[in-house]
Amino acid sequence: MRKILTSKWTKVVVFCLCLLPIALLVWRGFHGDLTANPSEFLEHRTGDWTLRFVVITLSITPLRKILGLPELIRFRRMVGLFAFFYGSMHFTAWICFDKFFDWPAMWADVHKRRYITVGATGFVLMIPLAITSTAGWIRRLGGKRWHRLHQAIYITAIAGIVHYYWQVKSDVRKPIEYALLVALLLSWRLASWLISRKRVADTRPRSAEPTTAESA
Amino acid sequence: MLIQNRGDLTYADVTPRGLYMGRRNFLLGALGTYGAVALWKRLPGWMAGAVTGSVPRPLGNLVPSPFSTTETATPAGYVESYNNFYEFGTDKADPSRNAKNFVTSPWTVSVEGEVAKPRQFSMDEILKLAPLEERIYRHRCVETWSIVVPWIGYSLSNLIKLVEPTSKAKYVAFESYYDPRQMPWASKAGIQIPYLEGLRLDEAMNPLTLLCVGMYAETLPNQDGAPVRIVVPWKYGFKSAKSLVKIRFVKSEPLTTWDMFRGFGGMPEYGFYANVNPHVDHPRWSQAKEHRLGGGLFARPIPTLMFNGYGDQVASMYAGMDLRKYF
Repeated sequence: MRKILTSKWTKVVVFCLCLLPIALLVWRGFHGDLTANPSEFLEHRTGDWTLRFVVITLSITPLRKILGLPELIRFRRMVGLFAFFYGSMHFTAWICFDKFFDWPAMWADVHKRRYITVGATGFVLMIPLAITSTAGWIRRLGGKRWHRLHQAIYITAIAGIVHYYWQVKSDVRKPIEYALLVALLLSWRLASWLISRKRVADTRPRSAEPTTAESA
Repeated sequence: MLIQNRGDLTYADVTPRGLYMGRRNFLLGALGTYGAVALWKRLPGWMAGAVTGSVPRPLGNLVPSPFSTTETATPAGYVESYNNFYEFGTDKADPSRNAKNFVTSPWTVSVEGEVAKPRQFSMDEILKLAPLEERIYRHRCVETWSIVVPWIGYSLSNLIKLVEPTSKAKYVAFESYYDPRQMPWASKAGIQIPYLEGLRLDEAMNPLTLLCVGMYAETLPNQDGAPVRIVVPWKYGFKSAKSLVKIRFVKSEPLTTWDMFRGFGGMPEYGFYANVNPHVDHPRWSQAKEHRLGGGLFARPIPTLMFNGYGDQVASMYAGMDLRKYF
């Protein structure tokens, strides 16, 4: 398992797998197979994949710990960037095919429609994360500050789900499924943060120096 | 993540490999279970698709109608594969899959309430009640997409006159068919089923209001509301109730499925009137433009017309009414 995870080829394979959803959409596009309402179909599919990649990104840390496979960290940046990529595609589909570059209408939507406001917020929050995803930026910001900044993904995840929940009319089963997944992943973090804080408190009487703990 | 190691941890505290492997297996098992549940949820749809149901048959002797638009009809394939029919699932592609096996024969429509001659109509009676016309109507969905459909039917007023509404009849309530065995998806749709709709009596009597039994020169496909529905072209699509079983004449404004619906935090969807109106926003989006289906990905959205372009025939019914209030 470890050997597979650390192989450089695995990264290539995962990269290609992450491209499959968009490749399929492009293929369907060229075959006139984007349903009767192609702009809506593209928006829904790219939106779905954005949320899926956000969920995958958020599950890497818990899976590393629970499965005892720290090597999974090699893929976190890549799937995180794919979440941003599909988010960009979702946004692009809305601008180009749904609103057809009707800027006044889009601007009105962003601050009049709360589901669009919250969705746009979640997307915009991903931009600094994508920019600072490089090793250079981690060094420049310092690990601790970089971690703090990248916790913004929690807000993006919640914003994405609220966006989805408010967008659907009456059948909220799918947004609820995503909400449960994200709730599980975030509560795992909260729990592990609380445990590590407790451990710090336990050790404090013995060590004179104050220590801090943070979760990622 | 910075992990603070307790000083008093010993080798004995290390989780035995078997235990954490157990955890891994548990997680893989959970994933497998999730997959199995996902498959199980799809089964009814596949089963419904496995048996061949009724297929549309041609309708002859169609009279052209002066109410028809000259706009190009949307390709039938789109109108048959992109549907809102929540009894058969909430995804646009669901009804065409899940309604394949829908039994629509025999079928009766019960007409009751404030009428002198309440009665039941069989489908044969409905098909012969008046000459069948082809009416090419614009159809605007509240979700900002629109289609142009050659519906088959006749003015609902033909049927209404037969049952002789009393002076107390002010509104007409429509009820769609509901059978939990044939429509197991309905209970998950999040809306009140059976589907209820309604019109004011003058709206129901307007010659544009169509009692519809077919489209594209054939009987209605199941997913488009077989065997009989109404079509109200100046109102958003959800007013055009499908697969009718009951038409009831009443004194006061009837409860309708979407008028009753409340979303998160009590957010309403749309009101009783639901006239197509580019100036009144949906609670979550603008109604100023629409996507005419069939134009492909690069088709520019077109401006939505007041009363969906049927103002000449219907605007007078709403004279003096604040349509921002009664939307």
